[in-house]
Amino acid sequence: MNQAQSQKWMSHGEVGLAAFFSVTAFLCLIAAAEALDTAFAFHATLGIAASLAAVFAIFNRYYSGRPLAPQEINGRPNYNLGPIKFAAAISVFWGIAGFAVGLLIASQLAWPALNFDLPWTSFGRLRPLHTSAVVFAFGGNVLIATSFYVVQKTCRVRLAGDLAPWFVVLGYNFFILIAGTGYLLGVTQSKEYAEPEWYADLWLTIVWVTYLLVFLTTLIKRKEPHIYVANWFYLAFIITIAVLHLGNNPALPVSVFGSKSYVVWGGVQDAMFQWWYGHNAVGFFLTAGFLAIMYYFIPKRAERPVYSYRLSIVHFWAIIFLYIWAGPHHLHYTALPDWAQTLGMTFSIMLWMPSWGGMINGLMTLSGAWDKLRTDPVLRMLVVSVAFYGMATFEGPLMSIKVVNSLSHYTDWTIGHVHSGALGWVGFVSFGALYCLVPWLWNRKELYSLKLVNWHFWIATIGIVLYISAMWVSGILQGLMWRAYTSLGFLEYSFIETVEAMHPFYIIRAAGGALFLIGALIMAYNLWMTVRVGEAEEALPMSGSPPVALQPAE
Amino acid sequence: MSFWVRHKIFERNSIVLVVGILVVIAIGGLVEITPLFYLKSTIEVVDGVRPYTPLELTGRNIYVREGCYLCHSQMIRPLRDEVERYGHYSLAAESMYDHPFQWGSKRTGPDLARVGAKYSDDWHVTHLTNPRAIVPQSVMPGYKFLAETEVDTATIADHLRTNRAIGVPYSDDQIANAVADLRAQADPDNNGVDAFSKRYPKAVVRNFDGKTGAPTEMDALIAYLQMLGTLVDFKLYNEKANLR
Repeated sequence: MNQAQSQKWMSHGEVGLAAFFSVTAFLCLIAAAEALDTAFAFHATLGIAASLAAVFAIFNRYYSGRPLAPQEINGRPNYNLGPIKFAAAISVFWGIAGFAVGLLIASQLAWPALNFDLPWTSFGRLRPLHTSAVVFAFGGNVLIATSFYVVQKTCRVRLAGDLAPWFVVLGYNFFILIAGTGYLLGVTQSKEYAEPEWYADLWLTIVWVTYLLVFLTTLIKRKEPHIYVANWFYLAFIITIAVLHLGNNPALPVSVFGSKSYVVWGGVQDAMFQWWYGHNAVGFFLTAGFLAIMYYFIPKRAERPVYSYRLSIVHFWAIIFLYIWAGPHHLHYTALPDWAQTLGMTFSIMLWMPSWGGMINGLMTLSGAWDKLRTDPVLRMLVVSVAFYGMATFEGPLMSIKVVNSLSHYTDWTIGHVHSGALGWVGFVSFGALYCLVPWLWNRKELYSLKLVNWHFWIATIGIVLYISAMWVSGILQGLMWRAYTSLGFLEYSFIETVEAMHPFYIIRAAGGALFLIGALIMAYNLWMTVRVGEAEEALPMSGSPPVALQPAE
Repeated sequence: MSFWVRHKIFERNSIVLVVGILVVIAIGGLVEITPLFYLKSTIEVVDGVRPYTPLELTGRNIYVREGCYLCHSQMIRPLRDEVERYGHYSLAAESMYDHPFQWGSKRTGPDLARVGAKYSDDWHVTHLTNPRAIVPQSVMPGYKFLAETEVDTATIADHLRTNRAIGVPYSDDQIANAVADLRAQADPDNNGVDAFSKRYPKAVVRNFDGKTGAPTEMDALIAYLQMLGTLVDFKLYNEKANLR
């Protein structure tokens, strides 16, 4: 397929995928006709529409007579950028949607009238929409976009598969659509961060296995002798998320024509499975995946090699080994057996070391380039994200200690901790990666405006500081109020008094969230203008940065 | 060969790297999860814990649907203030038939593990309809639509059957009479009350929402809330028998 040639026949992939979607459309049609509840009927209808659109797109592409994209052009790899552009663009959309819903539910806690007492606008249904939109929709699309970009560049080959990368990107976003609309309609398993019901889970499994195959096949056909360190982390992220998803979600539907299912695990075992999943969604989705981003984008932007190859080996294996054990720290003092809690706490504390190994490797990559922090706000964003990573991964082991946890658990301190990681680390490293990626993908020399990046950086940073300090104060305050005794030995505060005490901090938190959202809107404008009016680069197609080759891990 | 040179095998072979990752991530989960299925001490042996009645299960599904677990825990820790505020610390046995578990992770509102029989049905109806009518400082959403929605009784037997398939010990009798039991529990004048009470001893029969007519979602949710934490009689419970 090195030569561009128009096809005589449809390829196996095209025929297979068209057949697959025809069958899916047919099954969805039956499901829509037989559906027991309206939410299921709605999702089946979406399934019909999406499947038919996919079949149409496949035939349309074939009959338009465009030749298959060649693997190489003039001896240079012909990188596949279409699906990456889509994922990058939609990640910005989902990010803003997710931050906006977050702002809404933060405001609901301060002013409950904003729940409007309607089923689909109440906190309980919107909160999963917020978490899924920011973690899986925003974060997930950033991970797919960057992983597809990084694996091609560091392997020097075109992404494996012809339609498969598009299947992954579009299929994943269809999963998001089903999951998100489901929450609003009351379709949920009520397992934190694993809320989507059985049919959405099945669909995600198909998409995720395809993702793994595309990524792995690209690695296998690489032209570089070594697998670059970022790809280890992406691979660990993709594999482990598959394992976690399958382990946590086995469920038996009440009917194959209804949305409700019962998860196979029950009680204490379900709790353990849930937090094995839940904590490693943090460990592998929000950490390993984004460390991969760090390992590509920081060296690239700073134009320096990764600080220590040996450190990256040690901290890679240590972090993926230790993280898996940490789940039980979400279940301290519960009905989970003590031995499991103790194991969870012990490994959580040890996890501090490999986490800081990653932080050190990221920060020290700046050696000799620290001056760039003054002039390049994108690099500053990336570096500050690593600093937030270091802070959150110190706070995490601290909170996993049982005595600390007895105070912090069930309070806003947990929410604050999550957001110092989510806004500071995941958010900033994603923004930094998008600021790098968009000019590279659309062949622009630079961003539309570095000044706007600077504004984004400072507004969002102030937002994060407001958010996490409000949550520290409210969390510790509430924890202390719950356990406060009068001199006569009675509990000092009723529960509602502790709720009342949270009010000012909930307002400050919402203000912090609003600033973070404003920053993201500035970014969206900046990226949009970069694509629309940014100067096109003339010489080097597809590599926006100077020709400093990334060093393979050696 | 030095360690660093040996590591090249992972860097040069994608499949070896995949296998390495799988082995390393498998260990922790296997060690922490598998013993929970065979260590007898994991779930205490207690009297009184029974599967949910059809009405309670329906109520629990509403609790799940509305995402109540995001603000209410159902897990009292063995800490002095919690035991004094909420009651005896939660036992693993008390949630052994819960699919999924609803221990929760956040207390924006109070713990509900033992909320059963703490307030009147009337209190719950008023509070769920408009929380601020009873607790002015509350930040909970109102759920007035629950009282306006009738419970869907058509599929309840399938729900019990599905639960039995994953290990909840519903009897054939309980499954066959699921619809009748659901109606009976919300209506003390119903002919089926005696048969219901035989199938679910000690389960409370009341008109939970205080309205006549078919059971509403308000009936179901309150029936569930009113039984939470009431199954084990802690006057008779012997802690020493379940030391672990």
